[in-house]
Amino acid sequence: MTEYVVLSAILFTIGCVGVLTRRNAIVVFMCVELMLNACNLAFVAFARQHGNLDGQITAFFVMVVAAAEVVIGLAIIMTIFRTRRSASVDDASLLKY
Amino acid sequence: MNLLSHSVLAAGLPMAEEGAHAPVIAPDMGAGGVFDLLWLVIALPVLGAVLLLGVAPFLPSSLRAVADKHGHLLGTAMAALSFVLSLVLFLALVGRDAESRQVGQQLWTWFETGSLTVGMDLLYDQLAALFLLLITGVGTLIHVYAIGYMEHDPRRRRFFGYLNLFVAAMLTLILSANFVGLFLGWEGVGLASYLLIGFWQHKPSAAAAAKKAFVINRVGDIGLSLAIALMFATFGTADFGAVSELAGEASQGTLNALGLLLLLGACGKSAQVPLQAWLLDAMEGPTPVSALIHAATMVTAGVYLVVRSNFIFDLTPVAQTAVVVVATVTLLWGAILGCAKDDIKKALAGSTMSQIGYMMLAAGLGPVGYPFAIFHLLTHGFFKANMFLGAGSVMHGMNDDVDMRHYGALNKAMPVTFLTFAMGYLAIIGFPGFSGFWSKDRIIETALAENLIIGILALIGAGITGFYMTRLMLMTFFGEKRWEKDVHPHESPKVMTVPLIVLAALSVLGGLLLFNDWIVTWLEPVTGHVEHHEPPLPAIVITLIITAVVAIGVAAAWFLVGRRAVPREAPQDVSFATRAARADLYGDAINDAVVVRPGAALVGGLATFDRVGVDGVVEGGSSAVGGLSTTMRRVQNGFVRSYALSLLGGALLVVLALLAVNLG
Repeated sequence: MTEYVVLSAILFTIGCVGVLTRRNAIVVFMCVELMLNACNLAFVAFARQHGNLDGQITAFFVMVVAAAEVVIGLAIIMTIFRTRRSASVDDASLLKY
Repeated sequence: MNLLSHSVLAAGLPMAEEGAHAPVIAPDMGAGGVFDLLWLVIALPVLGAVLLLGVAPFLPSSLRAVADKHGHLLGTAMAALSFVLSLVLFLALVGRDAESRQVGQQLWTWFETGSLTVGMDLLYDQLAALFLLLITGVGTLIHVYAIGYMEHDPRRRRFFGYLNLFVAAMLTLILSANFVGLFLGWEGVGLASYLLIGFWQHKPSAAAAAKKAFVINRVGDIGLSLAIALMFATFGTADFGAVSELAGEASQGTLNALGLLLLLGACGKSAQVPLQAWLLDAMEGPTPVSALIHAATMVTAGVYLVVRSNFIFDLTPVAQTAVVVVATVTLLWGAILGCAKDDIKKALAGSTMSQIGYMMLAAGLGPVGYPFAIFHLLTHGFFKANMFLGAGSVMHGMNDDVDMRHYGALNKAMPVTFLTFAMGYLAIIGFPGFSGFWSKDRIIETALAENLIIGILALIGAGITGFYMTRLMLMTFFGEKRWEKDVHPHESPKVMTVPLIVLAALSVLGGLLLFNDWIVTWLEPVTGHVEHHEPPLPAIVITLIITAVVAIGVAAAWFLVGRRAVPREAPQDVSFATRAARADLYGDAINDAVVVRPGAALVGGLATFDRVGVDGVVEGGSSAVGGLSTTMRRVQNGFVRSYALSLLGGALLVVLALLAVNLG
């Protein structure tokens, strides 16, 4: 049981550091996914421990939301890349231009 | 010497004991007959003012030209009609029984809130009757005179509108049956005097004088309005009738406060020390206005207030003493000013102050003095109007020069003005037989009987009066010619001299009012009867002493002014006393030091507090918020990763807080 939680924490931390340090929007995006899945892992692990389905259901919700988010997020990244020829999040520091 | 207690009193009059309550005012509300027209006395001049000021400016230009040309006739007619009506009313009042000479008229309810009801009620009694005759009579003569005096003024219609307004306000003041209505007239008089003193508003000095009169009068008005408020609080009413009935039940402290507040009001209107400074400056107005202010209206209002409020003053020796002290100071103050002024109108204004001081002195002496206060007020109304109009006539002939040092030898050039002025002069100094002789003599005599020091000071005042009036006469009408080059003195037109002749006749004959003690008996139902103290000397001796003192004053003027050549420029190497008197005894300087400068300092301090304190808090708050947001703005830099970091930090904080709460 502890192993699952520790793995979840490690994955979340990796994702978190990735979000804060990487500039490429795609990588940042992947790191966000990593954090979400770390959470999912924790949910599922705790659901198993408590012996009910609450955590598993929440994990499904997170996956659905993440899927929707990926669709919109990738579309935005695509658009930004088309206008600026760059996928760096630091370049997109202004809402206009 | 017991003229006061003449038993010509109508039988059945309540005979008040010494120090007893003043007569209760209980007017007969259903007198009917001509008394139903009481309101018309006020309404006529109001109508004149409305037509001349409110309607005429909005007429089409052709009609307006007619109004401008003939408006003065309407104004004069209104005043004259009002006088005729006053005369009819007076005769009707004389025709009634002595006990029922108080007539009231209820016009309408003015305002009503809760238990407080103030009616627009009129009261016509012996006191009001005399005032009505004086105001409308002398007022009408002044109107007639002004037709000639203001002939070349392009704004003559407006001038007559203001005059009518003045008379109407004064009549409201006199006829009102409660203090609130009196206050309405009181304020109306203040407004009209402001408009008239500043009538030649193109002169900065006139505009300043008007403002000064208005502001100083406001100080007095505070006293009167507080007194009315105190009456409402104490008695629940400000009707003369109810207050005169209930006054005895109020506490001594309340009565003292009421008396002193009323005195403050009277000081403002009647130019008594310490609110005297406006009167001399008010000479900036056209001369008929000065005559109206000084003789028929305005300054007499304070005396009227004290005499009318006798039911309060009789119960408060403190306020009575204050009235006497103020009056004595004023009568000497005014007389001293009159000695040093070279401006003929200002010298006369000083004498008005002094004479009003005599009236207030008599009024402060209580029931023994009230009739003489009113008597002197009437005779003064005659001779002072006469002299002011005479001074106006002199100015008219001298190209509006007011400096007596530029006059001299006018007795030949203006014989009518000279003769009529001389009648006024003999009346004011108290030449035996003239009206002022009878009235001033009685006041000094009563003062001597009540208090020796006050009486002697009043006696000295009479001597100074003799001095400055003789000086004025000598400088104006006698001596050698000191005229400016292009001046050709001429007698004024008939429209100006006829009022002078009428007033001169009244100045001579005014003493008849005292014939058989008529005025004392007449006013007794209003002022109450009281045995007077026996004077320290027989009356005839006192009269001789007064006459002798006046003669000394006249002789002093003859030796100091009449026998020497009068320099055309006022000499500058004069004694300190003369310099002080020329500077109005530093009245303005005292006002400056006591009121104006501390007031300015207070206002300056408040302004600084407002700028630094109040504005500081408000503006400091806004600049603190502004500074903070400038700092906070840097956080919003647009970098997604820094947002993510703060998000993480926030989340960590939340987690730590949860842990702290759960574990703690």
